[in-house]
Amino acid sequence: MAGVTTVPAEPATAPPARSSATPTGRGWSRNNVETRVFGVLRWVVIAFLLVFTLFPFYYMVLLSFRDLSSLLQEPARLWPTLSELTATTYREVLSSTGSGGQGFLGFMRNSGLIALGTVAVTLLFAILGSYAIARLEFPGRRKISVLFLAVYLFPAILLAVPLFVFFTRIGLQGSLGALVLVYVSQTVAVSIYTLRNYFQTVPVSIEEAAAVDGASRLTIMRRITLPLAMPAILSNALFIFMIAWNEFLFALLFLVQDRSRWTVSLGLSQLAGSIEIPTTVLMAGSVVLTLPIVILFFASERLLTGGLTAGAEKG
Amino acid sequence: MTGSDGGFTGTPVVPETAPPGRRRDRAVRTPRQRSDARFGLGLISPTVVLVLVLVVLPILWTVMLAFQDLRLIRLRTAGLFGDYTVDNFVDVFTSPGFWSSLTTTLIYSIGGTASAIGLGLVAALALRNPFRGRTLVRAALLLPYVAPVVAATFVWGVMLNPQFGIVNEVGAGLLWDEPIAFLSQRPWALISVIVFEMWRSFPFVLLFITARLLAAPASLEEAARVDGAAPTQIFRHVVLPQLMPTIAVLALLRFIWTFNNFDDIYLLTGGGAGTEVISVRVFDYLVSRGDIGAASAQALVLASVLMVLVTVYYRFAAKDEVA
Repeated sequence: MAGVTTVPAEPATAPPARSSATPTGRGWSRNNVETRVFGVLRWVVIAFLLVFTLFPFYYMVLLSFRDLSSLLQEPARLWPTLSELTATTYREVLSSTGSGGQGFLGFMRNSGLIALGTVAVTLLFAILGSYAIARLEFPGRRKISVLFLAVYLFPAILLAVPLFVFFTRIGLQGSLGALVLVYVSQTVAVSIYTLRNYFQTVPVSIEEAAAVDGASRLTIMRRITLPLAMPAILSNALFIFMIAWNEFLFALLFLVQDRSRWTVSLGLSQLAGSIEIPTTVLMAGSVVLTLPIVILFFASERLLTGGLTAGAEKG
Repeated sequence: MTGSDGGFTGTPVVPETAPPGRRRDRAVRTPRQRSDARFGLGLISPTVVLVLVLVVLPILWTVMLAFQDLRLIRLRTAGLFGDYTVDNFVDVFTSPGFWSSLTTTLIYSIGGTASAIGLGLVAALALRNPFRGRTLVRAALLLPYVAPVVAATFVWGVMLNPQFGIVNEVGAGLLWDEPIAFLSQRPWALISVIVFEMWRSFPFVLLFITARLLAAPASLEEAARVDGAAPTQIFRHVVLPQLMPTIAVLALLRFIWTFNNFDDIYLLTGGGAGTEVISVRVFDYLVSRGDIGAASAQALVLASVLMVLVTVYYRFAAKDEVA
């Protein structure tokens, strides 16, 4: 439990180092040496981090274009030769099972539908709920905030047992709609938090001015608050999409029995154990699974990192 | 999904301490206030109902299931209120597999949390001073955190593969003699999943420490530098104390999520070779053995540990308003 017990270790009272004990000459030289060492070390660290983080992605793309037999002959070669480059892996992984492929195009459709459905429903719930928490005084508001925090910290595996039993019992296993609802229940809490924080930055005075002019709450929301909160709503939509697209456990519990309903994540995880499908083909599947997320991420990086830290800007 | 897989839920949320702005002055209630209260309840109630039905009720139901002898095959015929028994807990606590699994979970959580925070801190410090392309480098370093867990584990599995994986191709003969089956051989499997956890979650730490560093006043460090403090001294006595509250909250959050992590280990090793953490065990009991009672009982043990941690987090974050 070191993660917990070490928490208050460092006393915040440590005085700003005034190295009065060190003689001036030695202090200067230590300073000089350290500055030089760290000046170099910094670039070493950055280079290491880039290789460490990006290599798996490079390896994924590389293998997805290499021919299996040439991979087995020369597994250590980290650059492709022109002669072995092939895109048949992609054709095989994407085309339907009927035409000898793995049907990832169908999986992408399922993933896309589920992710978009989750985004739409979560946003609908979250916009209404976060506006209420940010702006309106109603009984039980604090209790609801605490409830949402608990939901946000509760891990999926704890819900796996009862939800699996419940959906099996009422025969909703395999239903994409049921899965969307489960995803919504998981994402709505954090979505409400980030949106609430944003709504609180919108000056109340604008809304009050509209109220004085006779606008109703609903009109104010639709005409004033929502347009102002659009950037936050957009970044929210993006990260909900990513969560739903990447999700694995509930997809596994609910959809595994019917191949035509598999998501990309589920499909890749199920086919990964198979001996008949070449690794390079599954690598193409991994690229297909990862690429939409990477594109979304780089297209919206500024927006997203802003949204990510939005809940944490108090410190 | 809530945080346990990293995902994008990773926003430390600070619980609200008091409604900002408006005082809870209930002596006079204007019609406007009353209509606000009705409107507010109307807006929030769909979400509350959804969360109650799909999160709170299931958790309560888990408690009931944990005290019943229930098999998946007999599910259709079983009633909601069966015979209550504590057998599941007796079985769970007396089976040696449970305790070794708990130990594994602890090692995994501590190792994963500590290494992710260490690497994230180093990364944040290395990227602190601006240089050309820093934004791009920072974004690239966040990729493991946003990438789909299934694709990431698949690539790692191939990389660590003893037949043609790149790690053994480069390392065997150079650093070790025979190819190592990193994901199916003790103790390498546990080490590998911890390294994977570090790879996947250090960006989260990087993100939050970077945000905290931006808020640190430059004047303090400037003063220390003028007084002749060396970089390590400045870090030790000026920067680190300011980061400590953030690191503490990150440690707690990462620990909570790693402790409950299912996806990564299930996908990498399937829980074999000494990597069976409790969450994988719960899944195994639920799906493979169809023993709902035992699965629920173990989920409850997990939940009670979690509840303690969440309470600590709530107290801590609400008090200090950090993270």
